[in-house]
Amino acid sequence: MGILDFLKRKPEPSAGIAKERLRIIVAQERSARGGPDYLPLLRSELLEVIKKYVHVDLDAININVERDSGHEVLELSVALPEIKGATQAT
Amino acid sequence: MTAEIIVVTSGKGGVGKTTTSASLATGLAMAGKKVAVIDFDVGLRNLDLIMGCERRVVYDFVNVVHGEATLKQALIKDKRHDNLYVLAASQTRDKDALTQEGVEKVLDGLSEDGFDYVVCDSPAGIEKGAHLAMYFADHAVVVVNPEVSSVRDSDRILGLLSSKTRRAERGDGAIKQHLLLTRYNPVRVAAGEMLSVKDVEEILGISVVGVIPESENVLAASNAGVPVILDADSQAGLAYGDTVARVLGEDRPLRFLDAPKKGFFQRVFGG
Repeated sequence: MGILDFLKRKPEPSAGIAKERLRIIVAQERSARGGPDYLPLLRSELLEVIKKYVHVDLDAININVERDSGHEVLELSVALPEIKGATQAT
Repeated sequence: MTAEIIVVTSGKGGVGKTTTSASLATGLAMAGKKVAVIDFDVGLRNLDLIMGCERRVVYDFVNVVHGEATLKQALIKDKRHDNLYVLAASQTRDKDALTQEGVEKVLDGLSEDGFDYVVCDSPAGIEKGAHLAMYFADHAVVVVNPEVSSVRDSDRILGLLSSKTRRAERGDGAIKQHLLLTRYNPVRVAAGEMLSVKDVEEILGISVVGVIPESENVLAASNAGVPVILDADSQAGLAYGDTVARVLGEDRPLRFLDAPKKGFFQRVFGG
């Protein structure tokens, strides 16, 4: 690093951000791959229903199809938003 | 004797598929193999330019598929290597000009003619042309740049290779997948501005068969219509040479991954 580099504004190293974003999206797309075609629609329709009761966005809904010797398990998880203060929806 | 079929693919466009196809085919020919390289990009013919044979195209791939020319008439013999042939893409706008049966017939014909390798230069995307280019493959070279959209697309392509190919459908054993990282800039990697070889390998869960450094010689080679592997003075050419050797089963260490050491004046004054 040269002494004159102090004069330049150093860019934020961005490769780390790229790697993290890719790790997440690639994992997500791999889990969706080979699953039934109705999963994306199921996900958005479920979102509509859940939204009636609690405000979540699409990212909060995770649907996985697990294949286990001979049978498939549809796994659904919904991350509820943290509620400030008293009551917590369960 | 059946020819080994290698598809060069990527999903994303502009990452170096045609450059790679030209250098891979030339490198295999230099190793003494009888090689045909086919441009699957119907409507957007370009391999002929990179191979430097654009003025000798009379018949193309679609002509052969439709029986308007024989394979022998359509194969263009390379100027530099007697055992290397180019089959150009057609300039037709008809996307359905290629059929699975037609492609199979051409590939079988090449096997009968004693070809050792057929390199299929895939179009970008995941549409019909890309599907046909990969369908019959025994090996796949997935070209990827150290950049987010290219890495994501190549993961998609790796998924298709393991499900939508003849080998996958027949259960003939997996297609051999080779990841080729191109346009690699060690200086930017060292500065944390570009994904490293290790990063890309980790994200995709597959190790690289080669790393081609970003090089001005690649543009110079395409300007001249000479595959860059023939430029023995360039790091890109040498890295392609190593890559071909690895595809042929040789064990060679990766080169040109480190940023060049800076001299005294560069260290003091930057740059």
